[in-house]
Amino acid sequence: MTSEKLYKAFIYLILFLFALSVLIPVFWVITASIKENSEFYASPWTLPKGFNFENFTSAWREAEMGSYFLNSLTVTILSLVILLCTAIPCAYALSRFHFRLRRAVRALIMGGLFVNVSYIVVPIFLMLVGLNGIFDTTLFLNNKVVLSVVYAATALPFTVYLLSGYFESLSREYEEAAYVDGCSHFRTMVSIMVPLARPAVITVILFNSLSFWNEYIIALTLMTDDRAKTLPVGLMNLMKAQNAAAQYGRMYAGLVIVMIPTLVLYILLQKKLTEGMSVGGIKG
Amino acid sequence: MNARKRGTATFILACLSPALILMAVFMVYPTLSIFAISLFRWGGYSKEREFVGFENYKILISDTRFWDSCRNSLFLIVTVTAVTLTLSLFCAYVLTGYDIKHKSFFRVVLYIPNILSTVVIAAIFSAIYDPSRGLLNSVIGFFKDGPPILWLGDRRLVIVSVAIAMVWQAVGYYMVMYMASMAQVPKSLYEAASLEGAGKARSFFSITLPSIRPTVRTTLTFFVISNINISFLLVRAMTGGGPDGASEVALSYMYRQAYTNSTYGYGMAIGCAIFIMSFALAAFVNLITRERN
Repeated sequence: MTSEKLYKAFIYLILFLFALSVLIPVFWVITASIKENSEFYASPWTLPKGFNFENFTSAWREAEMGSYFLNSLTVTILSLVILLCTAIPCAYALSRFHFRLRRAVRALIMGGLFVNVSYIVVPIFLMLVGLNGIFDTTLFLNNKVVLSVVYAATALPFTVYLLSGYFESLSREYEEAAYVDGCSHFRTMVSIMVPLARPAVITVILFNSLSFWNEYIIALTLMTDDRAKTLPVGLMNLMKAQNAAAQYGRMYAGLVIVMIPTLVLYILLQKKLTEGMSVGGIKG
Repeated sequence: MNARKRGTATFILACLSPALILMAVFMVYPTLSIFAISLFRWGGYSKEREFVGFENYKILISDTRFWDSCRNSLFLIVTVTAVTLTLSLFCAYVLTGYDIKHKSFFRVVLYIPNILSTVVIAAIFSAIYDPSRGLLNSVIGFFKDGPPILWLGDRRLVIVSVAIAMVWQAVGYYMVMYMASMAQVPKSLYEAASLEGAGKARSFFSITLPSIRPTVRTTLTFFVISNINISFLLVRAMTGGGPDGASEVALSYMYRQAYTNSTYGYGMAIGCAIFIMSFALAAFVNLITRERN
């Protein structure tokens, strides 16, 4: 009996250590973000002496994380809107109608699940450079709308896959009732079927807002102008500048600015997120 | 009736075309152009595109830096997969099979790294690995004296440091997936096993693992593909491939050639080669884990 208790204590110990390995780094960077510059010469385990907000004002203003924050927010929201307006009708048509090219369209979407953004980011950049050349503008790079469209396009396969799976599970009777009442296809989709698919739509919004907010390689490649950068790219600049400027706290403040919105969203909605993962299967 | 039919066709077309146009322009065309561009000498010293056939691939075969970066990728695929798989299976089994208090607390906490941006993870680990102000060296300093360890500055150590960050990032995600899969295993199987005197460890190997085998197999293929990708995103943000190319991975080498050095043709040849090799590796993993009947 005692050996079993010992065994269980051992398992708790391991789990506890794993949890600490996640929590300690996260809390540590948060405490470091309110430390004064001189405190960084002491042991990294010391807690901050007071609440020093200067790192945040310095990151927000001088390192322009404030305007990057606004860029990130705009791009995230705009991408979500574009994604939902294109993915929902596509998923709906694919799962509720039979038409000739249905299997081909489906195969295209499934194929898209295997296309990795890291491979196509440079070709996308070259294509936009080419478009700039054709139309003799500089409009296609450093453009938040273009970036949002690219984000939405790369998120389409997974989103359509997840949504159409959910639409398929809904009963036909809802639509038939709507048609009997004289609803058009569009009305039926917008006011009957989409509200019914709300759990899947919410999952889609959650996952994609996190991934748009966190994304950096496309933003790094397409947003070369300093003013157009998004938060993660701004954080990369702060990481590079950290040692040269001997401004240790500012990098941590920038880090917290990028991290906090995702953490808050996660803590509020963690149940939906981890549940959504088992609904959607593997994500890209 | 015919008008109604035509209306339906218009509706379907209107629903599909926005998504299909976006995918065609920003996914299909760029994917196809990877191969097309790789056949040209473009960028670098020559401003004009010049068709050179498979010349870029010939250069690639004798490019030792490319093979070094592939070796790093392969090292990461193997070690990160092995460690992450073991840890996440262990956590998932313990959390589903044992009567653990605060189960959801552990699940929620271990999943946190998955919601953080790769840049945030890179920044956190750069701070942890910092030779003079970092957490890791200060912990080691409690136990032994000596010069500070350069986690990201040592040519041999840097790739291990990257691997640790990748495992940290991935365990929670796979754990949640395996937990969902383990919850499907019928309880009666475990009860029968325990009546016959099988311990928890024995149950894991003779009941849990065989039952979730399909999920594990899918995730193995997935490990190969995502490790290639995440190692690139992490290396680009954390070490930039340094010191002196020691932590360069396959895709970060492609990005360096194609974007930083603007040798587009050669960069896309690298991309093509990596894609084919990763596909072959995933197929190989799929083949050797096939159910033998």
